[in-house]
Amino acid sequence: MIALLNPAWPSVAAAFLASLVEAVEALTIVLAVATVRGWRPAGLGAIFGLIILGLIVAALGPLLNLIPLHVLQLAIGVLLLLFGMRWLRKAMLRAAGFIPLHDEATAFAKETAQLREQARGHESRLDLIAGLTSFKAVLLEGLEVVFIVIAVGAGHGSVVSAAVGALAACLLVAAIGLVVHRPLTRVPENTLKLAVGVLLSAFGVFWTGEGLGVAWPGADLAIAVFAGLFLVVALLTVGLLRRNRVEASL
Amino acid sequence: MNALKATFAELLGLFVDDGMFALGIVFVVALAAVVSALPQASMLAGAILLFGCLALLCASVIRAAATFETRR
Repeated sequence: MIALLNPAWPSVAAAFLASLVEAVEALTIVLAVATVRGWRPAGLGAIFGLIILGLIVAALGPLLNLIPLHVLQLAIGVLLLLFGMRWLRKAMLRAAGFIPLHDEATAFAKETAQLREQARGHESRLDLIAGLTSFKAVLLEGLEVVFIVIAVGAGHGSVVSAAVGALAACLLVAAIGLVVHRPLTRVPENTLKLAVGVLLSAFGVFWTGEGLGVAWPGADLAIAVFAGLFLVVALLTVGLLRRNRVEASL
Repeated sequence: MNALKATFAELLGLFVDDGMFALGIVFVVALAAVVSALPQASMLAGAILLFGCLALLCASVIRAAATFETRR
């Protein structure tokens, strides 16, 4: 009970779940590269991507301390609203059946086919292309993880806790990927994205309000109330759209 | 140069998918900011922010669903 009341918990949970989704997407592309060209370019590209990510974090970390807290909260809050509500909106449209669900098996097949196509004309440069593909996947998905960790953690000094949550998710996905050697198709990505979208949107409202000087009743506990409201609105809207679709098809 | 442009587009895409939706969020935040500057209106600003975002989300998803239905 005491652990659940720890104010860092929502940050850790949001960072863990969001990183789980990003890590699964990055793993799919790295696996596709490894399947077509072997583990050397896939691994080197991924390691180089992680090094660049580390350098970005090392450069950005000290800069965050120079920004006044209210400005940081407002900037992060607005970015979280844009990022989180975009995720939530897309997850709702997927859940209601208007956008196809993201399928890791399809993404894997598409990436593998693209690499094989590139192999035909550029045999000599294929290791480089394969390495760059792996590098780009890790860097871009990793940047999302870094943004989420900073965004959910920086507002009240729980960046380290959020980073631990994110790292745990990435290590978990990497370990499972190394063992099973195929895309993690059984991960309920859209449910995770909806949950993460709900959490990030709640954080976004909270930090934007704090940045504007709003004294939320219940302080950090308000995040849980906001998350509950976003979840209820999301589920009701999805339910309504599904019902309308069924009625329209009759 | 093209790679830089593509990377920038991907980074922008993390935050902006539907332009009207993103503009709507910025509008709600701006409205809440204006109201928060008024005396004794901090909670009203918070309510505008929270319920504005919820209403915007709901409206945007319903509008997008209607667009998808029309295209069918």
